[in-house]
Amino acid sequence: MIHLEVVTPERKVFEADVDSVEVPGFDGELGILPGHTELVSKLKPAGLLTYHIGDEKGEMVISDGFVEVSPKRVTVLADRANRPEDLDLTSALAKKAEAEKLYQKAMSDSELDIKEVMAGLDRANLEAQLAENNK
Amino acid sequence: MPNLQDIRRRVRSVKNLQKITKAMKMVSAAKLRRAQERVTSARPYAQTMMRMLGRLAARAGDYQHPLLEVRDSDQHYVIALVTSDKGLAGAFNTNLIKAAQTFMRENSDKTFEMVTIGRKGRDFFRRRTEVINEYTDVPKLAVTHAGAAEIAHELMEKYTAEDSTVDRVFIIYNEFKSVLSQQVVIKQLLPISAEAFASEGDKAETEDQIDYIYEQPAAEILGTLLPRYVETQVFYALLESIASNHAAQMTAMDSASKNAGDVIDSLTLNMNRVRQASITREIIEVVSGAQALNG
Repeated sequence: MIHLEVVTPERKVFEADVDSVEVPGFDGELGILPGHTELVSKLKPAGLLTYHIGDEKGEMVISDGFVEVSPKRVTVLADRANRPEDLDLTSALAKKAEAEKLYQKAMSDSELDIKEVMAGLDRANLEAQLAENNK
Repeated sequence: MPNLQDIRRRVRSVKNLQKITKAMKMVSAAKLRRAQERVTSARPYAQTMMRMLGRLAARAGDYQHPLLEVRDSDQHYVIALVTSDKGLAGAFNTNLIKAAQTFMRENSDKTFEMVTIGRKGRDFFRRRTEVINEYTDVPKLAVTHAGAAEIAHELMEKYTAEDSTVDRVFIIYNEFKSVLSQQVVIKQLLPISAEAFASEGDKAETEDQIDYIYEQPAAEILGTLLPRYVETQVFYALLESIASNHAAQMTAMDSASKNAGDVIDSLTLNMNRVRQASITREIIEVVSGAQALNG
C-alpha cells in the first residue's frame, strides 16, 4: 500500500492508501507502486490521475503543479483537482463547448496564449468525459 | 423630569439595536467557523510546498532566480495591505493602518508604494500615499486560489520588470491567533529569502538522507515553484485576514450587545423610578385633597 494525497491550494481533495497510482507527469505518465524511489516531477497542464485500491479504480482530473514521491507516500500538489463527484455533467459540457470556442478563436487570434487555451480544452474534455462516465 | 413615554421609546430602540448586533454576532460566528476551516484545509498544500522548496534549494545550489535576487539598493518599497471592506469589527482595520503607518515612519527615508486589498485601507491611504493598485471585495478574491494569484502576479511583475526600481515587497495583514486576539503581521514577500524554507529543508534532510530524482532539472522545478510559493503566501494571508476579520467582528458585536444590555438596564431602572415618583405624587394629591375636604 502507498499513501496517496492530493492537495490543491484551497483544500485536501483526496487522501487514502492505494495499491498503485498513475500520475500525468510533465514528461510522461508515471506509474507508481509502493517502494518507488524518491522523485519529484512537474505535472501536465491537464491530465488524468488514476489510482487502484484492490479491484476498485478511481480517477480525477488534475492540472498544473507537482508530484512528490517517496517509497511510502505520493503527494500531488495540483492547481486544480476534480473528482467525478465534484463534477456536474451539464456544466462540464458547457465548459467544454466554451473551451472549444476559445480554441477556434485562438487559432486566428495571436493575442491568446495557444498553449494555455489548449490546456484548458484538454482539461474541459477530460472533465466532461469523467462526468459522463460517472453518470 | 423625563417623560415616561420618552424613556419607553428609547428602551425599545436600544432593544432593536441589540437584536441587530446579536444577529450580526451569530452571522460572524458562523462565517468564522467556515473561514477557520479554510485556513486549516489550505495548510497541507503550503507545508508540502515548503518541504519541497527546502530540499530543492539545498540541491539547486547557487541557483539564480529573479524572485530570489536581492537588490543592491534599498530604497523603494511596495506594501500590500490586506484590510477588510466593512467596518463594525472593532480595531481590526485601525490596527492594520496604524502598523502600516508606523512601518512607513520608521523607514521614512524610503519611497513607498502601496497595493491595497480591501476598501478600508484604500479609503485611508488613497490621499496619503501612492496607491498603485487596489482590490476590493476580499472574500470573493479568496474564494479560489486564482484571485490571490492575480495579486501575487501583479506584485511579482512589479518586482521583476526590466526597469523596476522596487527593492522589496511587503505584505501586511492580520494573523488569526484566536477568536479574541488578532496579530498584525508584516512579512517580506519579495525577494524570497532562501533562509525561510532552508531551515525547513534541513529538517527534512535529517529525517531521511535520500535525495530525490528530478524528472525535470532541479532548477526548472524550482523556477516554477517559486512564483507559486509567492501566490500561496498571498492566498494564505487573505484567508488569515478573513478569519481574523470575522473573529474581530464577532467580538465587537458581542460587546456591543452587552453594552446595549447595560443601557437597557439603566434605562429601565430610570423608567421605574419615574413611574414610582408619579404614582407617589398622585397618592399625595388624592390624600391631601381628601384631607382638605374633611377639614
